[in-house]
This record gives sequence, structure tokens and C-alpha cells, in this order.
Amino acid sequence: MIAPALVIGASLAYLLGLFAMAWHGDRRAAQGRSLIDSSWVYALSLGVYCTAWTYFGSVGRAASSGVWFLPIYLGPTLAMVLGWMVLRKMIRIAKTLRITSIADFIGSRYGKSPLLAGLVTLIAVVGIVPYIALQLKAVSAGYGLLTAVPGTAPAGPVHWLRDSAFYVALVLAGFTMVFGARHLDATERHEGMVAAIAVESVVKLVAFLAVGLFVVYGLFDGLADLFARARAVPALHSLLRLEPGGAGFAWTQWFALMGVSMLSVLFLPRQFQVMVVENVRESHLRRAVWVFPLYLLLINLFVLPIALGGLLYFGAGTTHPMDPENFVLSLPLAAGQPGLALFAFIGGLSAATGMVIVETIAVSTMVSNELVLPLLLRSRHFHGGAGHDLSRLLLSIRRAAILGVLVLGYVYFHLAGEAYALVSIGLISFAAVAQFAPAALLGLYWKGGTRLGALTGLAAGFLLWAYTLMLPSMARSGWLGADFLTLGPGGIALLRPEQFLGLQGLDGLTHALFWSLLANVGAYVGLSLWRAPSGREASQALLFVDVFQRTATSSPVFWRGRASVPDLLRLCERFLGASKARMLFESYSRQAGVARIGELLPDARLVQFVETQLAGAVGSASARVLVASVAEEEVLTPDDVLRILDEASQVRAYSRELEEKSQSLQQATAELRQANEQLKSLDRLKDDFMSSVTHELRTPLTSIRALAELMRDDADMPPAQRQHFTGLIVAEAERLSRLVNQVLDLAKIESGHAEWHNTEVDMATLLGRALDTTAEMFHARQCAVALRLPPAPLPVLRADPDRLLQVVLNLLSNAAKFVPVSGGRVEVSLQGDVSGLTVQVQDNGPGVPAEQQALIFERFRQGGDGISRPQGTGLGLPISRQIVEHFGGRLWLEPAGGQGACLSFHLPWSAAEPATDNPRGNMP
Amino acid sequence: MSRTILVADDEPNIVISLEYLMQREGYTVLVARDGQEALDMIERDRPDLVLLDVMMPKKSGFEVCQAVRASPALQATQILMLTAKGRDTDVAKGLALGADAYMTKPFSTRELAQKVAEMLATRP
Repeated sequence: MIAPALVIGASLAYLLGLFAMAWHGDRRAAQGRSLIDSSWVYALSLGVYCTAWTYFGSVGRAASSGVWFLPIYLGPTLAMVLGWMVLRKMIRIAKTLRITSIADFIGSRYGKSPLLAGLVTLIAVVGIVPYIALQLKAVSAGYGLLTAVPGTAPAGPVHWLRDSAFYVALVLAGFTMVFGARHLDATERHEGMVAAIAVESVVKLVAFLAVGLFVVYGLFDGLADLFARARAVPALHSLLRLEPGGAGFAWTQWFALMGVSMLSVLFLPRQFQVMVVENVRESHLRRAVWVFPLYLLLINLFVLPIALGGLLYFGAGTTHPMDPENFVLSLPLAAGQPGLALFAFIGGLSAATGMVIVETIAVSTMVSNELVLPLLLRSRHFHGGAGHDLSRLLLSIRRAAILGVLVLGYVYFHLAGEAYALVSIGLISFAAVAQFAPAALLGLYWKGGTRLGALTGLAAGFLLWAYTLMLPSMARSGWLGADFLTLGPGGIALLRPEQFLGLQGLDGLTHALFWSLLANVGAYVGLSLWRAPSGREASQALLFVDVFQRTATSSPVFWRGRASVPDLLRLCERFLGASKARMLFESYSRQAGVARIGELLPDARLVQFVETQLAGAVGSASARVLVASVAEEEVLTPDDVLRILDEASQVRAYSRELEEKSQSLQQATAELRQANEQLKSLDRLKDDFMSSVTHELRTPLTSIRALAELMRDDADMPPAQRQHFTGLIVAEAERLSRLVNQVLDLAKIESGHAEWHNTEVDMATLLGRALDTTAEMFHARQCAVALRLPPAPLPVLRADPDRLLQVVLNLLSNAAKFVPVSGGRVEVSLQGDVSGLTVQVQDNGPGVPAEQQALIFERFRQGGDGISRPQGTGLGLPISRQIVEHFGGRLWLEPAGGQGACLSFHLPWSAAEPATDNPRGNMP
Repeated sequence: MSRTILVADDEPNIVISLEYLMQREGYTVLVARDGQEALDMIERDRPDLVLLDVMMPKKSGFEVCQAVRASPALQATQILMLTAKGRDTDVAKGLALGADAYMTKPFSTRELAQKVAEMLATRP
């Protein structure tokens, strides 16, 4: 045994740790750095599905009927894999309409019906209480086992004041209030709780796996050994087969179990809470779809081994047979591992607390919003108290509901707990929750479903569930005489609860599911078809079924009437608190483009906004009643709904058109701006060019004018002087005309207006001609010229020979300008390769200084300093480069290697052929 | 004693014509071929007036003008800027940097001679 103080201490320490986690999560949420904004946390929080029932009950079930614990987990796996689209739709609807619970969801779908939401709440409470009892039972049984003196029989029923389960219930109620109903603001999601639940999922999984590993590898020599020894015991044979009774496989029961658990994973209040209400992002679902089934697989991995291990270890037929539901605890304990047993207990505790916390929060929200508040709203006294902040009252109601649900759970446990195995209690709850499926699922896809159909269907299903499943379970626990089970009420055999209308051959659960769901679906569909939905039902149906077709701004607003802004604001203040209400209205004003709250128009959209905000706190049905109480409303007819829908779709089409137009306008503006920038930069280039040309023209003009005026004003000028000046004037005039020609030439080439006369060109011949032309110039400068040709003749090029000659002459005259006065050397070489030919002109002048290398191809930039700079226009190289590039080649300055400057150009064999058609738009 | 004029320009033929013009007017003429040389000669030879081209290698006319005006010892030096860039902004820039007068190329030799005479007359 383990000392009670140690067990209690460890449990409380665990719960406190959990609370610290939740507190941290809430604090992070308040800071805007959500702890749970992660698909992993979301997926793990779904693990709240695995309760103490899974933790202890599955082993018990496996010990009695082999693999029959599995359908409960195969169902949710299938639901996630196949039903994620349904889930996504539920999440989207819940987010759009600020749905707070499954009761709110169903009530809202059918015209925000308070009656329907109330009925769902009632069913949930009745259905869930046994489930909560189950958790209490598991924890208190575990505690009893851990602290019992070995060898003594388990204690019989005790007075409730000495019952550990009672205190477990109270402690859990306290923690749940702290987790779920601590904030005054009831609308926020419970971020801290979700974080804690995710942690609990990890704890229970690790604890269960630890026990499993201990049993398989500590008590036995691995799985093979375990199963081999199990096969050797005849009593265990049946557990290893699918048909435990040997009467063939019970397909109907298997699929009924799978089906009911599929529905439960969607509609259990706690699953709806963590999956839909607490969902932070729709995209998190994508990971949860495979992580959650994987989680289920892991936690079920060791169920059968632990069950078999327990049966083998304790042996059948001992005087005090161990309850298989406690194998998880009793195996480590019996094997002398109290530490592991305590850890396993903590794991079970986490499974139970997780379920209880989330379930009671969800149910208490439903009770306060869908049962208590509607009743309060009816009372005159309540309306008289207008102006008070009611959010505190809401919170108190919620706390009371939490305590109430847990006390009910304890009472159920106290009265009926011993009679039933964990698994059976859980299945009763599952079958109750399954009644929500027709109204919720069909309502998601069928606009024809009505409030009347849903109400009647739910009521019929619930009654049949109570009659065929709940009553028999009570009879078995001895509250009722069992006579009506065997004989039927009043001796009418047809009404026997477990063979209703003579239906036999099904197990109790399948039988109850069959009748309740048949009546439920039948009434729902039948009555829905019988009478068309009202205006409000039709409008809500549209919002639900077509949720993916609308965005928040373009959705139609189904409301007609008059309201006033101060009334609406006051209403919000009462239920949401003054500061929050003011904040909401201010942000709404900003969105509406209005400066102050006072300038808001009390239109339908504002009314809808207020109603949705209230719905987040008090549920859709109560919010509807509240808004109706402050506004003068007109009854919404189905025709109105159609008209509003029509208007909304027109507005939507119009706004889409506008959006498209504004997009194309934006694009056009961007294009224009870009074009303008381009033009501006071109303009700047042109401006610079013009400024340079002006400067270059003015310089020779200045000399010409000055010299000419000097001669004019000085008639007595000596002839030699006059002769000198005249010569200078002629040279400057030549320079001027050369400049004009080259500017025009460059402009022509750049604008694409130049004429190109292409023929076949042999570069070797062309170089020869160029040297002939310049021979005299080089001779005058006493400069030696060498031409180096390749050994074999090169192919011919197709190009304009005159233009290429112009390039070569330009390079040669450049070289001639820079060679030293005596001993000048210029070397011209021609080389060919596969791609084309390369011409190099090397001189032995001063070379091009590093800082000028980038400039020599720019217009009006000349090499050399002021004194040594020879006459030139500064346009030769830019023109040459343009010509070479026109033929697809390039012209460059070789990196300074040795002495002097070396300019090269390369022309490809397949010269660009647009040469003849004068391409336009060849901008600089 | 005759006044000294510094001709600072990098265009040889313009230098020839300015040199001839100024000598004909009776001034002593010095010649600089770039901005640096011009500045050195202004500091060393203290000419009375500088005919300063804007676009010169090594140091532009603007830079020379700025350096002269920054030096207290050279305050007496008068500067007449000559430029082939006739844009208003260039004129404004030259005057802002402390040039005493400004003429655009091509200039009238008579007007230039008259301007130089006027400028020298203000300083005895």
C-alpha cells in the first residue's frame, strides 16, 4: 500500500502544477502571445476524449471480451479521417456566429430557438451525469486500491461524508471553477484550460505507456512471451478471437459501437468545446486529423497486453480476484513498484480531471446560457434591474452550474455506481449524445430542416433513449423493480424496454440506438417536410448551410425593425461590462468609418453586430431575446429572407465588380508610374546629353569667334599671326563639323534609323584596308604598325563593311593619339574561334588609368589629361561600341596587363540578322 | 605697373585667343592649363584677375573659386568665370561661390575686354 497522505499530496501537487500551466496560458493569452496557437496543442487537447474510462475501462473490457474495446476508438479515427470537412464547417460557423456550445449550435441553427437549446442542454446534462460519475468512481476506486492494506477485501458502501469520491468531486468542482469560470468576461475562450488539457493528454499517455512497457517487458519477456503464455491458458483463448462468445462475429454491435463513438467525438459537449469553440485557427485541423487518431492508436497499444498480463499474473480463480479495470494500478503495485503505481494513478487522475473540467465547463455554459438565463429574462424583476452589470451574475450562475453538475455526478455515483462497469456507463452517455446528430448534421447540409422537426426528433429520441437504455440500467442497479424489463410495463410484452415492439436479437446498446435514432430522424425529417421553415429559421439555415459562400462583410443581415444606438450600447454594457462594450462599439465605429459612437446609424448591421457579440456571452437564443427586448422588430417572413438574400447577392456582385475595377486601376496606376519613371530617367539622360553636346559645340565656337574677332579688330595684325589664327579657325571648324556628324550618327544608330548595308565581310581584308588608310597618319607620328593574322583564313562575316571599317579606324586613331612621340608601336591582331572572331588593337602609350577605365565608353569622355589630351569629340568609342553591339558582338578594354592600352572587339559568326530591318526603340 | 591677368583654360585655342586679347589690352598674361595649376599660380603670382574656365581637369573652376575665396590672403583676386555651360543654375552657382562676374562661351572679345577693364577699375 501507499500512504494516503502521499497519494493525496501527489495528486494535489499535480493539480496545482496543472493550474500553474493554465494560469501561464491565460497570462500569455492576455499578452496576445497565445500559448495554444499551435496545431500540436490543438491536436493534443482533442485527447480529452480519452477519459478514465479509456484509462481503466478499456483494460477491463479487454479482459472480459478481447478486442471489443476497440470500436470506441475506431469510430473517432474514422470521424476525423472522413468527417474533417463536417468539422471544418462546424468550426467556421461557430467562429462566424460566436457559438458557445453544442446546445447553442443546434438552437441557433433552428431560428435561435431557446426551447431547442434548452432541450439539448437538458439531454446533455442527463446524459453526461453518469459519465462524470464514472470519472469519480475511477479516481476513488484507484485511490482505494493504492491505499488499501493488501489482503483485505475492498470496503463496502460507505457514508458519503467518509467517501473519498465526494471529496474528489468537491476538489474537481473547485478546480473547474478556477479553470473555466474565473474571468468575468465569459466570451473569451479558455486558453489556459486548453493548454492544461494538452498537458494532461501527454501525462496520461506517458503514464499508460509506462505501465504497458512495464507489464510487457518487466513482468513478461516481451509481447511474444506474453501472447504465447496467454495461448497456453484455455480460459484466455476467447480474448484473442474476434467472436468472444463463439457465436460468430456480432457485426451489428461492432458497427453500432463505432457509429455511436463517431457521433460522440463530434457532439459530446467537451469534444465540441475543444474542437470547435476553443479552436484558434481552422488550419490547425489539418494536423489534428492525423495526430488525434495516432494518439488514440498509441493509448490503445498496450490495452490487450495489460489485460492479458493481469489475468495471467493474478491467475484466474484466486480468492480475491482483482478487478481488471484496476490492472493498470494493481499490476505495478503487486509487482512491488509503488512508484510506478502512483505515476499510473496520476495518469488516471489526469484522464479523469481533464474530462471533468472540460465537460463541466461546457455543460455549465449550456446550463447558464440556455436554461437559467432564458428563465431569468422572462421574469419582470430582471428587466427592472436594467443598467446593472450582469456579467458577474452570469459568472455566478456558471459556477453554481459547475458545482451542481459535479454534485449530480456524485449522487449518481453514490446510488448507482457499483452496479455498472465503467464502459457501460460511458456508452449510456454516448447514446444520449448521439441524439444530437440528426439535428446538427442534417442541419449543416439541408436548409429544409425546421425547429419543429428538430425539437420533436430530439424529444422522441431522448425519450426512447431513456426508456430503452437508461431505465434498464437503473433497474439493474436496483432502483426499480426489474419486472417491467422482463414482462413489460403493465404486462404488455410489446413495450418491454429491451425488446421494444418485439425487436430481439440485438444487444442493449444497439437496440436503444436503433429505436431512438429511428424515431429521431423520422420525426425530424417528417415534420420538417410537413411544414416549411419560418423566416427566421430559413435565414439561420442559410447562414449555416452556405457558410463557406460568404465573408463577414458580404453576408446578408436578416433583420427588419428600428433600434437606438444608446439602447444597444447599454445592453452590451450590462452583459459584457462597460469597458468591453465601449471598446467593441468604438472598433465597430472605426470599421464603419464613423468618428464617434454617437454618429453610428442603428441599422440592421449594427443590430446584428450587437447580437453576435452578446451571443458569444449568453448564447444565440438569449441574445436574440435581449436584442428583441430593446428594439422594435418586424416579423421576418420567408419572403423577406428571400428578398434580403437577393439584395445581399446583388451587393456582393457589385462589390466584387468594384474590387476588380479598383484592382485593375491600381495595376494601371502602377504601370503608369513605372512608365513615367522610365520617361523621367530618359529625359534626364537626354538633358545630360544635350548639355554635353552644347558644351562640346560651344568650345570650338568660342575659339572660332574669338580668333575671328581678334583679326577683325586688328587690321594691322602681322600676316604670320593672321595665318596662324586662320589655320586655327579652320581646324576648329573641322572639329565642329566632325562633332555634328558624329552626334547625328550616334543618334541615328541609337534610334534605329541608321542604314546598314550588309554584305559578306572578310575581316583580314578589312584590317588591311584600314591600315592602308591610316598608314600616312602613323608615318607622320613615326609609329610602327604590325598586323598579325591567323595562319588559316577565317570564314566571312555578314555585316556592314563600312561600319566595321569605321570601328577599326576609330580604334587605330585612338591608338595613334596616345603612342609616345617617338618609338610608338601599334599592334593589330585577328583571331578566330568557334563562336566568332576577335580583333585586338594594342598600343604602347600610357594606358588607361584605373579611374578612367569605366568612363572611356561614355559620351564626351576622353582619355588623357588636359595637356596630353588629343583632339577628339569623345564620341568615337561610344559609336564603335554601338556598331559592334548591333552585330551581336561586344567591345571592351582589356584589363591592364602590360604596357599601353588594348582595346578588343568580338563579333559572332552568326551575326544578329535584324541588321537589315533597322530595329526601333533601341534606347540608350 | 601693368595689371596681371591669369588665363585658366584647358582648350589650347581658347588660351591662345585670350592670351592675345589680354596682351593687346596691355595686361601681363599668365596661363594655367588646369585647375590645380591655376590655384598654384594664383597663390604664387597673385594675379589681379583670373579668367577662369569651369570645366577643367584636376580641379574645376568652381573648386578653384571656392578655394580662393576661402583664403584671406587672396581676397583681392578678382574672378571672372567663363563657361560653355550656359544654364542659369551654373551662373548662379558660380556667383554664389564668390565669382565677381560671369560670361558664357562663346563670348564677344570686345565685351570681355570691357568687362575686365571695368572690374579692374573698381580696384585701384
